[in-house]
Amino acid sequence: MFLIRLVVKNAFRHTLRSFLTILGITVALLAFGLLRTVMDAWYIGVNASSATRLVTRNAISMVVPLPLAYRERIRAVQGVTRVSYGNWFGGVYIDEKNFFANFVVDPESYLALYPEILIDPAQKTAFLRDRKSAAVGRKLAERFNWKLGDTVTLKGTIYPGEWEMVIRAVYDGGRPDTDVTTLFFHFDYLDETMKKTTPSRAGHVGFFMIGIDDPDRAGEISRAIDETFKNSQAETLTETEKAFQLGFVSMSEAILLAINLVSYVVILIILAVAANTMAMSVRERTAEFAVFKTLGFKGPTIAAMVVGESMILSLAGTGIGLALTAPLATAFGNTLSQYFPVFAVSRQTIWLGLAAGTFVGLAAAALPAWRVWESPIAESFRRIG
Amino acid sequence: MPVPLSYSYRNLLTRRLTTVLTAGGMALVVFVFAATLMLAEGLRQTLVSTGLPTNAVILRKGSGTEVQSGIERSQASTMTTRPEIAVSADGSPMAAREVVVLVGLIKKSTGKVSNATIRGIDVKSVALRPQVKVVRGREPRKGTSEIMVGKNVAKGFAGTDLGDRLRFGKREWEVVGVFDAGNTGFSSEIWTDADQVMRSFGRDAYSVVVAGLRDYGSYAAFQAGVEGDPRLTAETFRETRYYEKQSEMMADFLRILGVSLTVIFSLGAMIGAMITMYSAVANRVPEIGTMRALGFGRGSILLAFLAESVFLGLLGGVMGLAFAALLNFFTFSTINFQTFSELAFRFTLTWDITFLGLGFSVFMGVLGGLPPAVRAARMNIVKALRAA
Repeated sequence: MFLIRLVVKNAFRHTLRSFLTILGITVALLAFGLLRTVMDAWYIGVNASSATRLVTRNAISMVVPLPLAYRERIRAVQGVTRVSYGNWFGGVYIDEKNFFANFVVDPESYLALYPEILIDPAQKTAFLRDRKSAAVGRKLAERFNWKLGDTVTLKGTIYPGEWEMVIRAVYDGGRPDTDVTTLFFHFDYLDETMKKTTPSRAGHVGFFMIGIDDPDRAGEISRAIDETFKNSQAETLTETEKAFQLGFVSMSEAILLAINLVSYVVILIILAVAANTMAMSVRERTAEFAVFKTLGFKGPTIAAMVVGESMILSLAGTGIGLALTAPLATAFGNTLSQYFPVFAVSRQTIWLGLAAGTFVGLAAAALPAWRVWESPIAESFRRIG
Repeated sequence: MPVPLSYSYRNLLTRRLTTVLTAGGMALVVFVFAATLMLAEGLRQTLVSTGLPTNAVILRKGSGTEVQSGIERSQASTMTTRPEIAVSADGSPMAAREVVVLVGLIKKSTGKVSNATIRGIDVKSVALRPQVKVVRGREPRKGTSEIMVGKNVAKGFAGTDLGDRLRFGKREWEVVGVFDAGNTGFSSEIWTDADQVMRSFGRDAYSVVVAGLRDYGSYAAFQAGVEGDPRLTAETFRETRYYEKQSEMMADFLRILGVSLTVIFSLGAMIGAMITMYSAVANRVPEIGTMRALGFGRGSILLAFLAESVFLGLLGGVMGLAFAALLNFFTFSTINFQTFSELAFRFTLTWDITFLGLGFSVFMGVLGGLPPAVRAARMNIVKALRAA
């Protein structure tokens, strides 16, 4: 008990230095937490995907379309319960800076496949009935201050022209990781216009979303679908929604790897700072530790005291840092909602942060603690800090 | 009377562990700072040098990128007859109608699929890009399923070496050549005959028309002619400007990420410098008193400690930049968000980045060292001497 009090008192002996060290660790943990959350945000599409949904796309690549006529043949595959379809529309709202995801879909089947997209029944009916209407996520609506009944015009990049639509529904997310920053509108609206302007591009979709009855048979059903279209005009590639989303993420793997590395660099930076604090603090007290040894304290006990001091500083900083991570992430997420639809601190991030803080505390004390343990009493008295 | 500079740096030498740890923290910050800027610069340089200023690119209006664009055959023919286009030796216009599609190929490094750009080329395509040089094998012949790959494709994707056969678009393609287009985006592309690509992908329209203009000045007339033609729904860019635009989103992303990371990280490093300098001051109270008694003014003391901290910062800066310079040998390959295709680019260290990095390390030194230096300068002589 006495030793613990001594350790606590010593840890705050130099108030300013202790305060600065704690502050440094707090900042580092905040940075670590935010970087981890950025990485999590990248994987949000993967986590939000369901095991009972498959995605079929053109085997060549995502940008090559498939004929809409495939729908009936996919539906005929055993195990398939529902087929919906759509395409990345890539429309620009007023200016490229206002980027958000927008898709054309077959609304009725799409909403049936995505029970986590929650729409008020009256709004849903209005959206389904009006061919030139759109459903938008709650966050997206808030960002541009859109209200039901507003008219929005998207400038097509893939499909030329100005596309006018009325907002008939605002949807909420049924789960915390549901993306509520997307705009959906009717595939029929797009297709009918394409039939008039460029008939060669009409009747094509970017992807089929497929509902299956048994997640355990996903691999089998995927193969059966791809087999159906083997050696046809457009061969398909079917995978689970998770694998599909993971494919997107892995394309920017190099960047994720860099962010991952950098999140550990900040821990190294703060380790250097904390180690310096401990080295200085021990060096200044060389004579004092020699007195302890003369009084009969053993090397390991004194070393443990040094480690204890280091842990107090490090864990104090870690605690404050982790406590502030969530509110900061919320503020950060609100300003960056166009890049990261969902920005929430995961439990894993907190555990990793705690582990990093503990590591810093132990590693920073390692060398100084070893020195006090080892150094002979007479030598310690002789040295002048 | 100023305190000699040697006083400042010798003090750093006496406490090596502390100096190394503090400078090491700052070195890491400068490293991250320089590395992200180098990445953004490498991306920009790669894409800017991809285009030629005398070439013009025609896309469908509003499409923004080649992959999203589409130009009907008849429209493409109209475009290539503009009088501003240079004429080649055989009397035909120096223009190429090209088609650009993305195919998923397997990356060697991760074993996962990423998008590679296939450019279906016209007779004049190679002549319009003097950067492109076939280094192994030969150019693909027209009307065959032969392809040549950029050096970064050959390096980054599996099964794309000379003699290999690739399968996409319902048929097999034989790699007959590897070309080097230097540090440009073309080095990350696969080239083959446009008609073959259109046939096997079931496409009826070109993606882009590239025109070599008579001279730099004729672009304005060319742009006015194409964009003003009521038969066409097209917009034109200088090729340089077009590729620069492709780098904007990604370069901005890297820059914002880099700068915000550096700002947060540097807080940690500055706190480290502050701790070191506060203790340097605290340990030398009698010494400072003596110097004051010898006649060194408050300003001199302030400068001496500030100089010590700046040296510390510079040491960190040089260490960080030295590590960053090693990155020059590395190539970074990722999806460009804007074109959705794989692009390889090198970390590029420029003088600007070097000076920014050094300046930033000095800045960290000054900011971290200022409060302790002020404390040292404001010490009362008598009290300081008594502390001995």
